[in-house]
Amino acid sequence: MSSAYALLFIVATLVLVLGLARKIAQYAKTPAPLKIPTTPAPVTQSGVVMRLFREVVFFESLFKSTKWTWIFSWMFHMGLFLVLLRHLRYFIDPVWLPIELIQPFGKYAAFAMVAGLAGLLVRRIFVDRVRYISAPSDYLWLLLLLFIGMSGATMTFVIHTDVVAVKNFFTGFWTLSGGQLPMDPVLLIHLTLVAVLMILLPFSKLLHIPGVFFSPTRNQVDNPREKRHLVEWARKLEES
Amino acid sequence: MAGAEFETPELTEYIEVPKLVEGTMEHVTCFKAKPEHNQDLGFPGEKVENWKEVAIDKMGDLLSRYRSFQVFMDACVKCGSCTDKCHYFLSTKDPKNMPVGRQDLLRKVYRRYFTFAGKYFPKLVGAADLTDEVVDEWYSYFHQCSQCRRCSVFCPYGIDTAEISMAAREILDSIGVGQKYCNEIIGKVHKIGNNLGLPGPAIADTLEGLEEDVYEEDEVAVKYPLDVKGVDILLVTPSADFFAEPHVDGLIGYGKVFHEAGVSWTLSSKASEAGNFGMFIGSYENMRRVSLRIREAALELGVKRIVFGECGHAWRIAYSFLNTLVGPWDFLDPNYPVPQHICEFTLNEIEKGTLEFDKSENDDMSITFHDSCNVARASRMGDKPGGQFEIPRKVIKAVVNNYHDMEWDTIHERTFCCGGGGGLLTDDLMEVRVKGAKPRMTAFKNVMEEKGVTHLAAICAICKSQFTKVFPYYGMDMFQIVSVHQLVSNAIVLNRKTPPEEAPGYGEDDDDE
Repeated sequence: MSSAYALLFIVATLVLVLGLARKIAQYAKTPAPLKIPTTPAPVTQSGVVMRLFREVVFFESLFKSTKWTWIFSWMFHMGLFLVLLRHLRYFIDPVWLPIELIQPFGKYAAFAMVAGLAGLLVRRIFVDRVRYISAPSDYLWLLLLLFIGMSGATMTFVIHTDVVAVKNFFTGFWTLSGGQLPMDPVLLIHLTLVAVLMILLPFSKLLHIPGVFFSPTRNQVDNPREKRHLVEWARKLEES
Repeated sequence: MAGAEFETPELTEYIEVPKLVEGTMEHVTCFKAKPEHNQDLGFPGEKVENWKEVAIDKMGDLLSRYRSFQVFMDACVKCGSCTDKCHYFLSTKDPKNMPVGRQDLLRKVYRRYFTFAGKYFPKLVGAADLTDEVVDEWYSYFHQCSQCRRCSVFCPYGIDTAEISMAAREILDSIGVGQKYCNEIIGKVHKIGNNLGLPGPAIADTLEGLEEDVYEEDEVAVKYPLDVKGVDILLVTPSADFFAEPHVDGLIGYGKVFHEAGVSWTLSSKASEAGNFGMFIGSYENMRRVSLRIREAALELGVKRIVFGECGHAWRIAYSFLNTLVGPWDFLDPNYPVPQHICEFTLNEIEKGTLEFDKSENDDMSITFHDSCNVARASRMGDKPGGQFEIPRKVIKAVVNNYHDMEWDTIHERTFCCGGGGGLLTDDLMEVRVKGAKPRMTAFKNVMEEKGVTHLAAICAICKSQFTKVFPYYGMDMFQIVSVHQLVSNAIVLNRKTPPEEAPGYGEDDDDE
């Protein structure tokens, strides 16, 4: 059983990394022929870095738009971020100091994450505009993440699993020396759902993760009069 | 049916977010282009036999040439942030007029043919086959988008429905399903030089008339030159400025500003159109072809600077795209940005102190300013972000005594479209235009009631034409829309007196029948 999970996570990691790399390469090599930043936009490269930072860390545009969605999604994403950082302790030895320091916050961040997801789900069901634009997969993503969060929190706060064994499994995993995974149902559910998430991510709307960095309306410098912007296919038009 | 009867929405105190009512606007369809109009632009004349294949190939082509399109198709998480931001949705309640609802018409086909999930699990991810019905739906709803970009301000990934509706229209054109209004007009520009199809002599005649009018009123010979070589400035302005009200009053204003600034300038019969509907149909090639006239005119006339008149989408193309499309502009004077907006020019002269105003000339009006979408969210003026909001307001405040802004969430980058942009300014879309104007009308009505504002000033030819037409539907007067340079024109004091021999008609027979 442990080797089945080891195999699952090898596959999941490969799919996630290669799948994302393929999409990132696609975004990077697809040209953006025209300057289309949503203005007012930064006029310098460092301004663009700040704009993207505010967008990625604070969800600036969403904040301008709708406070409820912003609160729920920010809680979810920041909760998930802390939880992920905390999880690094299961993969590295010795555990880095910053990861040690966030441990208490990382534990309770699971509640923020689950609460945020629940809020988003309620909104998706009850706001008619959001319900209209939702496909089955949009609900399933929320449910998947909810179950991951709840099963994880269950292990942290209710039914503990043998985290030392889990850590041995995952640290050994990279060197293929493998340990045994505890056969706790909650752990197995948690890990299975995480693997599903990793495998589906590169084929789904979760591509908003790399997408936001490649969005021309957010990542372009507003300097079209000062600097001529010309991509290869447009240059070829000039030659013909 | 185009031109069907409809009810003008009632204005409410606030801009309310409606409950969805499906299909309220699915009957809307604008006139399709005739074969020759499509062919003039390099598109098939009629819907091609293998349209499905061609459409999907075109979509693939656009996905590989436009990063915006590729990323925007993938990145939407259906968060709903944009759902209450579109003026057409707010007034029609039709969910396919929500930005994401509109995008999904294209995205469902993208998913079906270009993604793993959509190929194998279409129901799960909301993917759908491309059918005749889908094409009809595209034609209807992608011509209910004014490409105003308001949704892109509020999207956490900056997804811009304008980009998606441009792609959709390009796909439609590629299978021979073009829109009459845009394609016919672009054809006119290619053939004659401007959207209205005004030939050079007609423009010359109009400009002569303007000189006479100004002389009659002010007894100063302000010139409105055409095709004069070797001058400093080429003015490129929307062709509506040559005859429509209140546009022409703006053109009169530009001339007075140039006159008082003491610069030499000219209009061009070749580049007699600032507008460029190539953008509306998403066609880089057509947009470039239309823009080339401006480059050619600047070279032929040997000017040093290019200034654009009041036109919203034209300013987007001028400011954001012109350098890309037909640059570089290394033959022009490097001391000035290329191109400049007339408001930038005027404010610069005001700050230099070359212009004198009598603000009381505008005391019969109290003004508010309508930020035009393409200026507000797709371009800039001056050297700082947001100059596109400040500079026109500074110009207005320099020439009027009474000025009040509309509600903060309806101006600047949150401005509401006039309802007629993006290639919708045609009578067969009157229902869309009138309804789409509702949020702007609401904000305008509120500032009229609360602050006693009487007139709405704009720097966009489409906005001006649209408001002239839709104001009466909302119980307002069509003359309540004014050009910014009309206000300048009213207030400017003409101190540079001209010798009598420069007066229009000097030396001619008094009786010039």
